[in-house]
Amino acid sequence: MLKHAATRLLQLMLMLVVLSMITFILMKLAPGDPVRTILKADEGAVTEEDQREVREKLGLDMPLYQQYGVWLAGVAQLDLGKSYTTNRDVWHLLIERLPATVRLMAGSVLALIIIALPLGMLAAKFQNRLPDHISRMFALLGSSMPSFWLGLLLIYLFSYKLNWLPMMGGGTIAHLILPSITLGFVMAPEYIRLLRAGLLDTLSQEYIRAARARGIAEWRILFRHALQAALLPVVSIMGMSMGALMAGSVVTESLFGWPGLGSMAMEAITQRNYPVIQGYILLTGLFIGLANWMSDIGLGLLDPRIRHGKGQGL
Amino acid sequence: MMQRSPMLCAGAGIGAVVLLVALFSPWLVLNDPLLIQMSERLQSPSLTYPLGTDHLGRCIFSRLMAGTSATLGLSLLASFIVVAIGVPVGLIAGFASRRADAFLMRLADGAGALPEFLLAIAVAGFLGPGLTNVIIAIAAVKWIGYARLVRGIVLTERNKDYILASIVSGSGKWTIVRLHLLRQVYSPAAIMAAADVGKTILLISALSYLGLGAQPPSPEWGAMLSDGRPYFQTAPELMVYPGLCILIVVLACNLLSDGLRDALDIRSRS
Repeated sequence: MLKHAATRLLQLMLMLVVLSMITFILMKLAPGDPVRTILKADEGAVTEEDQREVREKLGLDMPLYQQYGVWLAGVAQLDLGKSYTTNRDVWHLLIERLPATVRLMAGSVLALIIIALPLGMLAAKFQNRLPDHISRMFALLGSSMPSFWLGLLLIYLFSYKLNWLPMMGGGTIAHLILPSITLGFVMAPEYIRLLRAGLLDTLSQEYIRAARARGIAEWRILFRHALQAALLPVVSIMGMSMGALMAGSVVTESLFGWPGLGSMAMEAITQRNYPVIQGYILLTGLFIGLANWMSDIGLGLLDPRIRHGKGQGL
Repeated sequence: MMQRSPMLCAGAGIGAVVLLVALFSPWLVLNDPLLIQMSERLQSPSLTYPLGTDHLGRCIFSRLMAGTSATLGLSLLASFIVVAIGVPVGLIAGFASRRADAFLMRLADGAGALPEFLLAIAVAGFLGPGLTNVIIAIAAVKWIGYARLVRGIVLTERNKDYILASIVSGSGKWTIVRLHLLRQVYSPAAIMAAADVGKTILLISALSYLGLGAQPPSPEWGAMLSDGRPYFQTAPELMVYPGLCILIVVLACNLLSDGLRDALDIRSRS
């Protein structure tokens, strides 16, 4: 188990190094000269002398691998540079926006559970009957629907026509409802299918038959015995969904004007604010990697078969 | 095969219609999809404009038709590139030397660390928005799925008796790959590809909606949605139609993929 955790941690480190290289290279490939961008900020005529001075100050005259080293050392100390537009520390900007994104994610996971849990359970309970067909239709529709379109439809219906919920912005719980449904809805199909398959698998096990033979109520078997076992793989996939959540939050946040990391990244892209884009990618990459790592380890802790080293192949 | 799966039938049917529309869209458009006529803006449906006009007076119907080839073509192109990279890599990893396998799989781990959406954002963010960049970003990540799939199939097949018999009877590696292994790969790869075409449409249209993919005058459906967004309260049809088109096409892809999975499932066949 410990060895497994260590190997996976090593893989995580490797991934972060690759990620940092990708962002560094992309940053270098980006069109436009950062020296000119900086000099343009403090107006006046730009001479060759000025340019050389700034270039030296920023270390842009060093060879590329040295620049990478210096940059990486900075990143390790949370020095991600300054925003081109506001001249504020990128790290502070990220930390400022993070809570809103975390709130949106929590809301989406809640919406996801509220949608997927009953549908998955009904589908398994009434296999090949009407509730199962409805649930599968729903899953098919959900996985075919563009999230931004769903969001627009929700805004049109609930904010504009019915005027029940605020249209845009963040802050209150009411603001959180529509973005959470949007993000939760498009993620639900995968979970409905997983839960259905897991429950069907568990419900055919011997111990469920034994429980039935003992005369335990059917709903109790479903909730107490089957669900617990079927939920394990679902929980582990949750960690793997971090990437999808992060990606989905960019669309959802931009759509609803939610003041999180995703909408910040989109603003930064339109303004060509490279340090902010870079910071965003590094931070989200770190989160995704960590979430995958933790779900992998967490699954090991939850499942004794893996904990005791029999499931090395996982 | 068709009678057994209504899903496959429905998917193939819608898919065929969409494909025909995409191929013949130059003849299906009633008006120039890019022609701006401010005097005709936000018209309601009529004989000249079956679905009305948008905020710049362009015929919505014609734009949707023209957008079919743009949207579908891009997704098919991206999926084709992905399969063309992923399948050979998987075959090599599974069947060539152990060292090649280790190298290719580590490469896949590294490239697969970032979700394709974030990579697309990174590429579009640094190199500028545009479809070429988006397709590069998708290709850079998506090939991994096919490589892993094909490698897995090859690894389970390569020790089976018929392959061993083929080796003993003197077939070269290339012959084995061509005659035996590729056949095993076709159907799982087709199932994956059918679903992926749909996913790629969703991805590209989402990126276009955000302004990172197809750029505005283009009738790509995501770009159309983004274009009509400021008017969606007064003219909701500007966003309803393109979204519905995306939904239908992706639905067809998913039906096709699910139907193929049921129809080609080795377990249910034997």
